[in-house]
Order: sequence, then structure tokens, then C-alpha cells
Amino acid sequence: MIRQILAAGILLSSSVGAYAQTEIQWWHAMGGRLGEVVNEIATNFNASQDDVKLTPVFKGNYEETLTAGIAAFRAGEQPNILQVFDAGSATIINASGAVVPVQDLLNDAGAGFDINDYISGVRYFYADSKGKMIGMPFNSSAPIMYTNTGALEKAGVKPPKTWEDFEAIAPKLKEAGYIPLVQSHLPWEFTENFASRNNVQFATNNNGYDGVEGTKILVNNDQQKMMFKKMVEWQDKGWFKFFGAGWGDNQAPFEQNEVALWIGSSGSFGGLTKSATMDFGATPLPFWRSIVGDAQPDGYQSFIGGAALFAMSGKSKEENDAVAKFFTYLTSPEVQYLWHRETGYVPVTQAAYELAKKDGHYERTPAAEVGIQQLNLPAGEWTKGYRMGFYVQIRDVMNREYGKIFSGETTVDEGFKTIEEESNKLLERFAKTAS
Amino acid sequence: MKRVVFGHSWLPYFFLLPQLAIVIVFFYWPAGEAVRSSFYLEDPFGFGSSFVGLDNYANALGASEYQRVARFTVVFTFAVTFLSLAIALLLAVKADSVLRGARTYRTLLMWVYAIAPPAAGMLGILLFDQHVGPLTHVAEFFGWDLRLGVNYYDTAVAMVVVSVWKQIPVNFIFFLSGLQGIPRAVREAALIDCKSGLRRFFTVTFPLLAPTGFFLLIINITYALFDTFGVFDLMTKNEPANNPVSLVYKVYLDGFRGNDLGGSSAQSVILMLLVLVLTVVQFRMIERRVHYT
Repeated sequence: MIRQILAAGILLSSSVGAYAQTEIQWWHAMGGRLGEVVNEIATNFNASQDDVKLTPVFKGNYEETLTAGIAAFRAGEQPNILQVFDAGSATIINASGAVVPVQDLLNDAGAGFDINDYISGVRYFYADSKGKMIGMPFNSSAPIMYTNTGALEKAGVKPPKTWEDFEAIAPKLKEAGYIPLVQSHLPWEFTENFASRNNVQFATNNNGYDGVEGTKILVNNDQQKMMFKKMVEWQDKGWFKFFGAGWGDNQAPFEQNEVALWIGSSGSFGGLTKSATMDFGATPLPFWRSIVGDAQPDGYQSFIGGAALFAMSGKSKEENDAVAKFFTYLTSPEVQYLWHRETGYVPVTQAAYELAKKDGHYERTPAAEVGIQQLNLPAGEWTKGYRMGFYVQIRDVMNREYGKIFSGETTVDEGFKTIEEESNKLLERFAKTAS
Repeated sequence: MKRVVFGHSWLPYFFLLPQLAIVIVFFYWPAGEAVRSSFYLEDPFGFGSSFVGLDNYANALGASEYQRVARFTVVFTFAVTFLSLAIALLLAVKADSVLRGARTYRTLLMWVYAIAPPAAGMLGILLFDQHVGPLTHVAEFFGWDLRLGVNYYDTAVAMVVVSVWKQIPVNFIFFLSGLQGIPRAVREAALIDCKSGLRRFFTVTFPLLAPTGFFLLIINITYALFDTFGVFDLMTKNEPANNPVSLVYKVYLDGFRGNDLGGSSAQSVILMLLVLVLTVVQFRMIERRVHYT
């Protein structure tokens, strides 16, 4: 409280100062504890200099924030910075003219930009086909496997590295009285990142990066279907339980010590430390040895999840420079480390990662390093990311069909056929809007 | 009867102006915009739009998912309307005949009225929660593995229960006042003619309640079609997935979640037409059978 009053006092005194301050707005989707950290970062930034005053505004969840940003842009009232999540990135990046590429923004402001400062997993997800960074990776996460320490001990097993390992230990976990496996987001954890961890092509046109014309989704393949057929089999054997598409409904039984292994986000870490009733650890998202082979002992890196910050166009040079100033501040090692430590999202720059290591963060909490280690694994041909329009709807189609698969309303083959057909219709439709 | 004639013909229009302005700005203009954009395919940011004729309509009506949602909406509307009217009528008849403590009963039955649909949805989530929901446990006791958000039909049942529960008080209030409007003399006369309470109800009370019933029927159909938005929004927990949704909620999903403005507009125009047809049917066909005096 006192800190907030002090901060407000600083803001007040600086706004009546001699400087003409540039005011910029940042619309974000970070609720709860994440929102508090966002506000803390903004307050610190405002206190650190006198030229720019940044106001963060919480706009609801990811979908709501994107829609609010679009509506505001159409009315000419767009914020300077808009947070857009992974599934919405095609929508905003393909609307050329809606955003100023972050790479140009920083170079124009003379702030300097080197893509190699960023950790390898985050470099190209929000970039165009030529590798120019369009959005600034902000809250970056990876799907990882959380392990119930007590459950593993009771069953006398080690955390699985591959899905083959999982099949070997699942009966023991079940015998020990736990639900062996639960997940929280089938499209992200078992479709998109299945493609990435196993280095399987996800869409034509270079996973969609080379243009919207003729892009087709490639989920209806034998490897992907094998994953889901296995999961149906696991469900029948009592090795896997599905609690619907709601993230929290699946996380809750893990927190209640009923589940041995839960696939969540590296960004779940901060919340779990408060909500879990038992000791837990983390390990990378498993992959299939049968698909990857022996060439990559630890599998391929995963796609980055989470969201990026986009500088909206139609703003004065002065305001854009102010945004560049904030981005520079935001990517500084200290701020990244604060964000990483408080939320569990990965630091996006190599320097911040080094700082976290030097500070002994990973010795205190080894689980916090799993996400970044997974993003730093070797890259494959298909691990850069994916770019598909109307992807929010495509994910909804996946979630719908997956729900039908696990409630027995449809088969894996039928489900993936429907996903392929409906997604390709959506992609075709999106290509028409973008032309 | 003596007619009052006003000399200035513009005066009534002048008085109507504020109302007309509101109707035009908030209803006709957006409706017109929806019709216009239903013929276009547009990128979300509004950089360009191309005329596609009836493509958006064909896309919506031809999709198997849209048909499934439409079928669900019909079943849902019927179930919610029927159940909330029937239960409310039963409660009203029973409450009407209570002599002692009538006020307390009525107040208890009415106060759910004050709950907004989203709050009702929230309560629904808590009551039907997979892990801690009391109603889930009740279902389990009867051997029904009710799983909200996993099983399509279970979720549909939960949504109907919450929507009906929320609507009963409104119907109850109207039915009760309707019952109290039936003259005592008529009831007493009926009592002499017929001993069976059930028969008396269907031959005397029910027809006399028809005007109230007809009004409530319209109110309830509109409620089930449109006002249950909040219930769907809360109970799907931001992931439509394999959950049942209504046509109105699908308009929202495609337009606001999916940023497909053309497709969403076409769907809302289809709904407008549906409401138009419904209105005509109700007032032309059903109202003829209802006697107000």
C-alpha cells in the first residue's frame, strides 16, 4: 500500500515537472498474480525515468484482449502496445499495416536490436517468413510435465522422458493409487507441441510461414493419430483421465494429490507453489522415441507458448520511441529475471537466463529451469513455430473433436478427419480475407 | 366515446422522437450493419472487405456444426420453456391455496428472480463441479457419472437445470397474480359443479390463465433463446470445446472470439429472421385461441 502511494506520488510529481511526458498505453491479458507483476514492472519503469509514462490496462483473457484491440484499431483508438497470444498471432501479423514490427521500431529509435540476444526457442515464432521479429516475445512458456514427488516415490519410478517410458511406469503409478496422467490443453500440449517435440510437419507452406494462400493443416497424419489412439487406450486402462477442456478442471486433481503426472505450462509454476498440497517437480514434455529416433537423445525443442507484445501502428514517432524505450527496459536482464522468478514464464533473453543461473535461482527451485531448457533443445526443421489464420477457431474445432474422442462420441480417425476438413475450410476463408 | 383530436399533426411525432432515436441508433442501425456485413468477407482489422454474396449464409447453414447447434437450441428452448412454465405453474397453484404463512412461501419462491444469469451460471458451475459439486455427488449416488464439461449430454442437462431454476420465479410471480385475478365466484361455482380438483383446474382455471400463459410463453422462449447467454458463457468456462451452445452464443463465439465478422453477421441475420417468423406465428396463430376477456 505504502509502495503504491509512493509510486503514485512519484508519478504525480513527475507529471507536473518541466518535462512533457509521452503517455503510452499497454493492453494486456494478465490477470491475478500475473497482473500484479505487470503493474509492478510498469510502476518501476515509470519511476526509472521521466520521459515516458506507461499505463497498463487489463482487458480480460487472451481472446477478449485481442478482440478489444481489433475493435479499438478500427475505431482509431488503439493502444500503443497490445498483448496477443500465440493462437492469435496470424491474425495480427497477416494484417500488414496494423503493427510496427518490433525490430523496425527498436532500430528506428536507435535502441539497437540483435535477434541473437534472444534464446533460440523464442526467436522466430513471432517473426515473418524472412525472420524479421514482428512481436516482442513477452510471457513465453513451454508445456512441461509436473511430477508428484510422493507418487513417484511410492511407485518406485523415475519421471518419464519419453511416452514409451510412461507406458512402462503407468501401471505402477496406478497401483500406487494415483491417476497416472492428466493434461490441461490438448491442442497446445498434444497437437502443436507434439509436432514440435517430435519434429513433425504441422502445416503446408513451411508450417504456414510462407503465406496464407493454400496453407493446409497436416494434423491428420499417422503419427498424430497414434498419439491420440494411445491416449484413448490409456484412458481405457485407467492410465489417463480427461476432465474436459477447462484448464483448471484438469489442474485441480493434481493439486489435490490425486494425480502423478500433469502436463501444464512452465508459467503454471508460480501458482502451483501456492496451490499444490504436496511436493512436486518438473520434467520436459515427453516425446516418442519411435518417432524421433536416437538422433536426438532429448527430443526437439518445443514451440513457444504464451503471448507477445505488438506495437500498434498509427502512432506518432514520439510515442513509438517511447514504446521502444519500454521494450528495451522490459528485455533488460533484471526485469526479465523478475518476471521469470515471480511468474514462472521463461526469460526471453540469454543474458537474463545467465543472470538467473548466477543468482542461484535454479539451485533453489530446479523445476523453474525446465521450461527454458526445453526451449533451448536442438531445433528441427519444423520447430520454429506455425502461422495459421482463424487459429482460435481451429483450436476450438480441435477441442470439440477431442472432447468427442474422449467421451466416446467419435473415433480418432473420424475426429481427425473432421478437424482436417473444418480447419482447411477456415484456412481457405482466412486466405480470402487476407488477399 | 368522444374523440380527442389534436390540431398539430407533428406534435405526436415530436414526442416520439426520443424513443425513435433510441430505437434507430441502438436497433435499426446495428441491424442494418449486420445485414450489410453478412454479404462481405472482411479481415478483422478492417483493411479490406470483399463482396461474397450469400457465401456466408451457405457456409453457416451448410456446416454440420451449425446444424448441431441449431438442433440443440430448439431442444434447449423447448425444455427450458416447458419446464420453467410447468414447475412455476405448479408452485403458483400450490402457493395460491396456502392460507397460513402464504407471504413467507411466496417471498421464498420469488427471490431467485434477483439473480443475474451470469451469477446463476457461476452457481451452476459450483453445484455441478466435477470434483466438489454437490449435485454431481447426488447424481453419483444414483449411479449417474455426471461430468460437466466432459460429456455433452451431462453438460446440457446442467445448463437446462440452471436456466430453468433461474426463470421459475418470474413465471411464478405472473402465474400467481393471474390466479388471484380469477374471480372467486367462478371458482366457487366450479367447485359445486365438479369435485375433481385436477379436472377443475384444466377446464376452468387453466383457460382463464391463458392470457398470462401466452404472455409468459413468449417471454420464456425469448429468455431461452437469448437471455441464457450468461449461463452458456459461464458454464463453458471460456472453452466452447464439446459443450452444447446456443445459436446466440455461437454468433458471439465466431464474431468476438474468432474475429470472423461476415460469418457471425450472417448468423445473426438468420436469428433475426427466426425471431420475425416466431413473432408472426405467435400473434397470428396462437393468440387467436387466447381469450382476454
